Amino acid sequence: MIIPKLALRNMLGAGIKTWLNAAVLSMAFVTIIGAQGLYRGWDADISRIMTAAEYGGGQYWVKGFDPYDPFTLQDAHAAVPPALTERVEAGKATALLYVPATIYPGGRIRSVVLKGIEPGQKALEFPSSALAGSGAELPALIGNRMAKAAGLAKGDTVTARWRDARGSYDARDLTIVEVMRTSVQSIDEGQIWMPLQTLRKMAGMPGEATMVTLAKDIPAPGAIPGWDFKGLDLLLKDIRDLIAAKQIGGSIVYVILMFLAMLAVFDTQLLSIWRRRKEIGTMMAMGVTRGRAVALFTLEGGLNGVFAALLGAVWGIPLLAYFAKHGMTFTSEQADSFGMAVDKGIFPVYGAGLVLGTTFLVFAVTLIVSYLPARKISRLKATDALRGRMS
Amino acid sequence: MENGMLIKTTDLTKVYPMGGQSITALDKVNLSFAKGEFAGLVGPSGSGKTTLLNILGSLDVPTRGSAEVLGEKIETLTHRKAAELRNHHIGFIFQTFNLLPVYTVYENVEFPLLLLGMAPAARRRAVLAALEWVHLSDRARSRPAQLSGGQCQRVAIARAVVKKPDLVLADEPTANLDAENSHHILHTMADINRDLGTTFLFSTHDDKVISHLRRKITLIDGRVAKDEPGPAAEKRP
Ligand SMILES: Nc1ncnc2c1ncn2[C@@H]1O[C@H](COP(=O)(O)OP(=O)(O)OP(=O)(O)O)[C@@H](O)[C@H]1O
Ligand SMILES: [Mg+2]
Repeated sequence: MIIPKLALRNMLGAGIKTWLNAAVLSMAFVTIIGAQGLYRGWDADISRIMTAAEYGGGQYWVKGFDPYDPFTLQDAHAAVPPALTERVEAGKATALLYVPATIYPGGRIRSVVLKGIEPGQKALEFPSSALAGSGAELPALIGNRMAKAAGLAKGDTVTARWRDARGSYDARDLTIVEVMRTSVQSIDEGQIWMPLQTLRKMAGMPGEATMVTLAKDIPAPGAIPGWDFKGLDLLLKDIRDLIAAKQIGGSIVYVILMFLAMLAVFDTQLLSIWRRRKEIGTMMAMGVTRGRAVALFTLEGGLNGVFAALLGAVWGIPLLAYFAKHGMTFTSEQADSFGMAVDKGIFPVYGAGLVLGTTFLVFAVTLIVSYLPARKISRLKATDALRGRMS
Repeated sequence: MENGMLIKTTDLTKVYPMGGQSITALDKVNLSFAKGEFAGLVGPSGSGKTTLLNILGSLDVPTRGSAEVLGEKIETLTHRKAAELRNHHIGFIFQTFNLLPVYTVYENVEFPLLLLGMAPAARRRAVLAALEWVHLSDRARSRPAQLSGGQCQRVAIARAVVKKPDLVLADEPTANLDAENSHHILHTMADINRDLGTTFLFSTHDDKVISHLRRKITLIDGRVAKDEPGPAAEKRP
């Protein structure tokens, strides 16, 4: 136990130098935990709001439907099978019909998807009720991004043109009865929501749907011929991959921070061993073996990690706790620049695993970086060290 | 080793390679020291005094011949065994004091005892006693930078003797001190030698040190040129 005690004594004795290194290192520390916590919070947040507004407890897609291939859309509809109808009627699911269309806002042409949803549905946290009771013949609901992109506002009408089930074109004016604010882009951009029954009539697809979304936590009833079940893992995969990619991009920042902090530790160690070579010689004369001297200096450097953790705790815990409590807020433009849903704010999540993992990482790297220069001591002759020389 | 002999060298030779050539720092040195001696190595610069002390202190090894210290043959000791020998039995005093700068006086003196793994209570007693010997009890909390040269060297003496070693090796202990401090230091060491029976071996150019020696060995070009009783020989306890 003597070596740790001496190492601590030496580091505390070195005063300001020790705390400067610890300060630099603590910045890396808190940034890593903060950024990782932010990504985790974001991931949790996105999963939550997308699940609530769009994915529910998973979706049954009609066979052949591929959201990434607009050409599949035209034929992606079929009668809702009895097993699902039962759940829709029980309020445990909701059916959605997708019909590709073009609209002509302000004389320009835009491709959109008309999406039919039951105004009274309760399966999703989606403001479908806005489609009921407006009195408009063809009520339509759009998101704020879509409204902005197409230059549409509440009360406007817009001409839509679509092909019905038999393949003949039809065109009508839709009335925008509501513009919803949503943080979920995938229920907003390029789409127009309408009452399911109205859209079924317009498209000549009575009783049909493109997908049936289960309410949250409703278990899937099993395989249904002609329909493919898509679970949450699969539905959230894209967004999670995107977050993971951003996370990797973000980690470059802390690789740089860690590198700078480690450079400072390495430098201090190298200098310290050079400056204190006579001290090392003296210790050897008193019976400290080279191995113990190496251990002592490695541990001294490693203590930088401990001090950084302490210092980081002092200023980092209040800061991170503040963000965890109040969230990090973004304007809707900033939020959209993330390329995915950001709710009112992100509430970072700092798990014990994250904190312990980061602490362990910082300790391990600091020890390694401290050991490298300390290795020099193992080739040092006591007589040379005492004469102030270093071989 | 004969009875009571602490150190015995036999044809002890140290050769330093220097580029193509080599320097013979010690040339067949044959010396013995008994327990309790207060002896000094004198001689011109480069005569091998430091080299001899380093080998006797197991910090260095002979090129040829043998150096037996406390029953251990220095030339056969492993690095670890040598460190153990120093830790338990040998104290060093240096010309430049070599105190650990970030430690207090107390911690500096405590250091060898920490290495020995001594229990806290015994350690504390020993440190306070050692500070008493060198009359620095009141400076226990000071740091080396706050002390004069003479005080630093007294701390170094306390550090060397705190574990009650059999042998203290002092390489020019007064070279950085003024006359008054030099005498003071020598008196302190002579007292410890008398009270604890610790063997002291100096290297020195300093007449003030020489005047306290009970045995004076003159080295010239790595050879023992003279081995005679010192000016203080009659004070032998
Ligand atoms: N590490 C070394 N490498 C090469 N030569 C050395 C080394 N150490 C000592 N020497 C040489 O060995 C000889 C004896 O040196 P040493 O230091 O023992 O002399 P000294 O009597 O202590 O001298 P001084 O009174 O100046 O301290 C000198 O010629 C010195 O140059
Ligand atoms: Mg010398």
